[in-house]
Amino acid sequence: MSEGPDVSVTPIPPELQGKVTITSLDKIYNWGRRNSVWPMFFGLACCAIEMICTAASRFDLSRFGMEIMRPSPRQADLLIVSGTVTKKMAPQIVRLYDQMAEPKYVLAMGACASGGGPFKEGYNVVPGIDQFIPVDVYVPGCPPTPQALLHGLIHLQHKIDGQSLREVAWYRRETAAEVPLPLLGPDLINPGQAGLLRERAAQASAQGGAASPTLPSS
Amino acid sequence: MTSSPAKTLEQGIEARLGDALAHETRPGYTGYRVEAARLVEAARTLRDDFHYDYLSCVTGVDQLPEGKLEVVYHLFRTQGGGALVLHTLLPRDDPHLPSLVSLFPGAELQEREAYDMYGIRFDGHPDLRRILMWEGFAGWPMRKDWKEAFYEQEGKPFDARWPGGRARRSEDQNPFGSNVEYPPGFTLEGYVPEGEDALYASFGRIEPGGNGSGLRTDRMLINLGPQHPSTHGIFRMVAVLEGETIVDIKPVVGYLHRNHEKIGERNTFLMNMPFTDRLDYINSLSNNFGYALAVEKLMGIRPPERAEYIRVIMAELGRISNHLWFIGFLLNDLGAYFTPALYAIQDRELILDLFEAITGSRMMCNYFRFGGVARDLPEGALERIRELVEERLPHKIDELDEFLSGSEILRGRSIGVGVLPPERAIAFAAAGPVLRASGVAYDVRRAEPYGIYDRFDFDVAVRTHGDVYDRYLIRLDEMRESLKIVRQALRDIPAGEIQTGKATYQVRVPAGESYARVDGPKGELGYYVVSNGKPNPWRYHVRPPSFISLTPLGEMCRGQKIADAVVILGSIDITLGEVDR
Ligand code: SF4
Repeated sequence: MSEGPDVSVTPIPPELQGKVTITSLDKIYNWGRRNSVWPMFFGLACCAIEMICTAASRFDLSRFGMEIMRPSPRQADLLIVSGTVTKKMAPQIVRLYDQMAEPKYVLAMGACASGGGPFKEGYNVVPGIDQFIPVDVYVPGCPPTPQALLHGLIHLQHKIDGQSLREVAWYRRETAAEVPLPLLGPDLINPGQAGLLRERAAQASAQGGAASPTLPSS
Repeated sequence: MTSSPAKTLEQGIEARLGDALAHETRPGYTGYRVEAARLVEAARTLRDDFHYDYLSCVTGVDQLPEGKLEVVYHLFRTQGGGALVLHTLLPRDDPHLPSLVSLFPGAELQEREAYDMYGIRFDGHPDLRRILMWEGFAGWPMRKDWKEAFYEQEGKPFDARWPGGRARRSEDQNPFGSNVEYPPGFTLEGYVPEGEDALYASFGRIEPGGNGSGLRTDRMLINLGPQHPSTHGIFRMVAVLEGETIVDIKPVVGYLHRNHEKIGERNTFLMNMPFTDRLDYINSLSNNFGYALAVEKLMGIRPPERAEYIRVIMAELGRISNHLWFIGFLLNDLGAYFTPALYAIQDRELILDLFEAITGSRMMCNYFRFGGVARDLPEGALERIRELVEERLPHKIDELDEFLSGSEILRGRSIGVGVLPPERAIAFAAAGPVLRASGVAYDVRRAEPYGIYDRFDFDVAVRTHGDVYDRYLIRLDEMRESLKIVRQALRDIPAGEIQTGKATYQVRVPAGESYARVDGPKGELGYYVVSNGKPNPWRYHVRPPSFISLTPLGEMCRGQKIADAVVILGSIDITLGEVDR
């Protein structure tokens, strides 16, 4: 250590004065990432229309470096779940999420993506995308106005600002497990509930009936 | 009135088909009842001899109290006039009846939907598979005795919420969100979902072909979507290709099936109004319009004059904003990456600002009420609208026209592409601009005027080639006609009330059925509502124009290049919220 230049006393050469900024690696790294979050070109429902309006000239997403929408999940950093998640679509959304390269973020746009929204009671509707994949930012509204979406995106930037290279999941040695794909069976099957299903089925065959994963409402 | 043409027509029909058709006798119902065995014969005679050539709407109804399932057909004449309604009652166990696809190919997707939702089998249907749900789903969800996972109660308002207001979250009551029975011994490990075999099998055997030049080619099956940048939402097409040429193509829908109708039958009548916004979410106002008309028909009321004018102004502004959006995104599909769309969205924003000022929301306006509109125009709104339709929009439309219509690329890629001849367009029950671009001057605003459309002087835009280019041009024409209508409405709009009777949350709707249709920007948007006098509709069905206009997709695409499929799809102008509901 003692051979290295003593930063505190080394004068900054005149040609560099006013041109160099010293910062921490985290800061510069996050600064780069927060200003180039590329969302996936992926619209689900009504909210997607407002998402497009946000990207258009009036609200101008490119002020935040986010205007480059990539149709391929492999080139995208941010999955904006912009609409109702249906059971039929859920496996595809999870697959898209799995295909995104890390670091990746998810923004649940609107009431539907956050919790099922007006259609929650429907038989083909998943009550919120967070049943399957982790969500970073929730934006309320039905649909959220472009301003609200921008607000959510700024929140995402704050979140990125607060991350540290040392702590984030994607630089750990072990690779993160993929989110298992839901299956389209008699109903949407969440592999996370496999144990429960097994239990129910065993119970039911012991009683000679059909299995139902429904718990009695209490 | 005995000599009116409608009466003569009715007498003629009864004379010819008297033994096959029986007058519908249930109170509030119209049309005829027909036995399943005589259905095809009756439909053929009606089509060939009485010019009921447009089978607009096919839907199932669960008549649970009578232990029956019902199929309801709405036939129209492209010459204009009202509906002829056929009802066929079927037993609940093993319901089946002959398919009408051979007579009216436009029934194909609608019959599949009735099968998917009610389990009604259509004998002779070329491709009877589930359409909105997936293959392997358990149950027929629209049947009244089928309960969804978050089922609380037959109808709203739920006791848990009103008047006490002790809201419980339905997922807490049924934490696994599932009400489906799995067979005994079911394990996830060995389970293979039914998957898409039925879909791929429906194409028949894919034989390696040749293009006639002795060159051996392979046939390929490719999927576009559901996540694809140019399918306008989560829509999927499966295409069989030979080289780049499309041999066959099928739409696969249901990825946005949000159970609009099931929820609609739990809702009270008024509660459905905001849900209609979310059908064709690009223009909520014409959706409101159709639904309001259907319920008003049942209630036997009409809105006051001022409200009628407001409705027309709003609906036509909605049409303009829709067509602006359409043109922008059609050009996107053609490869003009976003520039035209940005220009189009710019002016759409001006209209949305007006909507926000008037209704409180940019997109989900929820503005119409039974017998009126929710609130009067705010101060200065008329002036703003006037400025927009007099100054800004005409220029904008001309500008789009000037920059785009002559463009070599647009013309090259759209003239002669995706042609739909007029007879086929009618047979497929294609709607709105798609139908009119094929040379059929059929516009509900003229054929069966609703609201006060009979007072306005406008032309029904028609083009004759039926290709993508004409479908693009006709949108420009329609915007110009809409501007005409709005200008006249602004000139004539009176002061006064905006609501007939008192505005209430709970309207009393007499028992009966009604079908009301409007000519929305996507075409004929119909609502079939059955009331049994209770606070909730017994049956609530939407005739979605963009869903039905997808039926001819295969026919329009066959023989074209795969890159054109995207453009042809774009020229239909679908909104997935409406396609899948
Ligand atoms: S939150 Fe509202 S606007 Fe957004 S997708 Fe759901 S219903 Fe549509």
